[in-house]
Amino acid sequence: MNSAQIEIQLIASLVAIACAIPGTFLVLRKMAMISDAISHSILPGIVVGFFITQDLNSPLLIVLAALTGVITVVLVEYIQKTGLVKEDTAIGLVFPALFSIGVILIAKNANDVHLDVDAVLVGELALAPFDRLIVSGVDIGPKSLWIIGIILLITITLLIAFFKELKVSTFDKGLAASLGFSPAIIHYGLMTVSSVTTVGAFDAVGAILVVALMIAPAATAYLLTTNLKKMLALAMFFGIFSAISGYWLAHLLDASIAGSITTMLGLIFLAVYLFAPNKGVIAVMYREKQQRTEVSLLTFLLHLKNHNEVEERHVNHLREHINWQKVRAKTVLELALKNNMIVVNNDIVSLTKKGDTFTSKAIDYIITNKDAQIEDMKDDFFLFRG
Amino acid sequence: MDLQEYFSLVFSDYTLRTITLGTAILGAVTGMLGSFAVLRKQSLLGDAISHAALPGIAIAFLITGAKDSNTLLLGALVSGLIGTFWIRGIVKKTHLKSDTALGLILSLFFGFGMLLLTFIQKQPNANQAGLDKYLFGQAATLVESDVWLMAIVTGLCLFVLLLFWKEFKILLFDADYTKTLGFNTKVIDILITSFIVLAIVLGLQTVGVVLMSAMLLAPAAAARQWTNSLSKMVLLAAIFGAFSGVFGTAISASQTNLSTGPVIVLVASIFVVFSFVFSPSRGLLFKQIRFIKNRRDLELHKTLAFMYHIAETHENISHPHTIKLLNNFQGFTRKTLQKLVEKNYVTLDGNMWSLTEAGFKTAANLYTKQTTEDE
Repeated sequence: MNSAQIEIQLIASLVAIACAIPGTFLVLRKMAMISDAISHSILPGIVVGFFITQDLNSPLLIVLAALTGVITVVLVEYIQKTGLVKEDTAIGLVFPALFSIGVILIAKNANDVHLDVDAVLVGELALAPFDRLIVSGVDIGPKSLWIIGIILLITITLLIAFFKELKVSTFDKGLAASLGFSPAIIHYGLMTVSSVTTVGAFDAVGAILVVALMIAPAATAYLLTTNLKKMLALAMFFGIFSAISGYWLAHLLDASIAGSITTMLGLIFLAVYLFAPNKGVIAVMYREKQQRTEVSLLTFLLHLKNHNEVEERHVNHLREHINWQKVRAKTVLELALKNNMIVVNNDIVSLTKKGDTFTSKAIDYIITNKDAQIEDMKDDFFLFRG
Repeated sequence: MDLQEYFSLVFSDYTLRTITLGTAILGAVTGMLGSFAVLRKQSLLGDAISHAALPGIAIAFLITGAKDSNTLLLGALVSGLIGTFWIRGIVKKTHLKSDTALGLILSLFFGFGMLLLTFIQKQPNANQAGLDKYLFGQAATLVESDVWLMAIVTGLCLFVLLLFWKEFKILLFDADYTKTLGFNTKVIDILITSFIVLAIVLGLQTVGVVLMSAMLLAPAAAARQWTNSLSKMVLLAAIFGAFSGVFGTAISASQTNLSTGPVIVLVASIFVVFSFVFSPSRGLLFKQIRFIKNRRDLELHKTLAFMYHIAETHENISHPHTIKLLNNFQGFTRKTLQKLVEKNYVTLDGNMWSLTEAGFKTAANLYTKQTTEDE
């Protein structure tokens, strides 16, 4: 690894952390699409800033572009408030318009601007190490590294200073307001941080990767934990992991670094989406299947409880009576046998004592909906878990 | 070329005619289907789908190695549909909300698409240039066969829309009721979503991945302001969309260095802003005017009620009082007084005013009407 490679990975990792922090809150506050809107609509801000400063890394440009991001949020909220269109339509109307203005501004001044729309969308991380920051003749590292480092520092400071406020206002707006935290200040604070981070990361990784780095790690982490601190930590970890592995994937394929980082993020999300222990698709489908079987089991036990006649409890009759498929009937029967709820004598099914109490308890629970009675059953049956 | 020249050339020049027709048809079909997306609160779905289509284009190119726009669009369609159904899967099976799902699919698919595009660019194949036109679209690359394809798809959309109009409409406004009526809501839902995906994919070549969502939303959002009827809204959205296409093409053709996609989007946005402000029933302007008018009426009533209370204490209701008396009361202006005179509720005599019989009656009624309304 040469120093440029290390620097690229370092920049990518810092960007990943800087994005993961606001991203987590955006996902929790159901405002993920706002980050997409911001990342597109800062384009005119960047273009205008570039006309003024002629330097893509100047602080003024970052401020101007971040301001455009906040203006986007304000505009979206204004349109939402008029009630003329539904909320998400407002987002969808504002950012393409602003983005178009940006694209047209670039196109009309193509000769004076060293700004390429493609690069704006995907960035060019590979070139980041070549733009050095030189202070009084001494080379102190790539400019992007410094910019994103400073933004990250500010973000972390704000996060630590206002962690409590952010947490409360994210999960309980009413409580936050009644405790005296202004929801508006926290909201616009978060929006400002998101905008600044987007702009700072924009140059290095482009608009789309910023969105991916904000949403994907947070969403992935959200599938694994419901603890805010753990979620933040996990999101940062996923961000850094995909940044570094994405870099090497790009190296391998000789393709865009931003694209491969996003692809890594996608693969991680896909894996977690499928295999997450409680909230993954496979776990959910297993739970749903299990619940279906258990409902059948309960129906079956109830039927047994209601009928003492031998002919009503014959194995073959049961299938006809409750109208189950053969396979399903077999699963249910086995489940009941395994739990010692029934005994089968000469193809006649009868409830055991355990089965009897279980049925009464379950029915009681379904009727009264009181949790206490089934505490001990929750461990064995999905049916009674939330 | 200026605008006038454009319109004189549009019927004779092959390229201009093709592009104009293409963007007009595209605007019409996206406006039509966009109405459904907007009303179903799926506005941002278009954004997600258009981004999600990119890897499909790249993969179709990698497989066929040819830049035939039909196969590329087929790839885009498949990948757009996968994206759509994945979004539904995420929302349905996990506790992630729809905005997160949209953002995820949008950025992840697009990033993957960019990876593939950059990968393709490095391939020793001279054929790959121009794939990136799908990012921002290039209306100039439209040829007659593309326009035919658009026209056929639009016709198909129209046919299906008319055929299942009742089903679409009822699903849109009351999904539960539709289910109880015995319609297969899932099939209707998939049908309409697939057509939305199809329309988006069609527009990629012209408007591009990034701005396609606006083509879907803007005409529909504008049309929504003018009517409360679905059929009128769909029709209006189609018209707005078509006009955005034509005007956008005209403006971009009349200037150098203006790509068509962004201009069309801006024209459509202008339609939206205009509708937001000037729509008679919902527009901001008329709302404000109504608001001011109501406030004036209210103040007029307040003044009248105030006069009534003074007059009440006198035996003769038309007993004159000085105007100064009204100064305590803030609702009073020379204009409101003039208005009251016009309505024949009050007579003025120099500095004195007196309530007329009619004015007294109205004021009394006003009061009782208010109390009955309060109850």
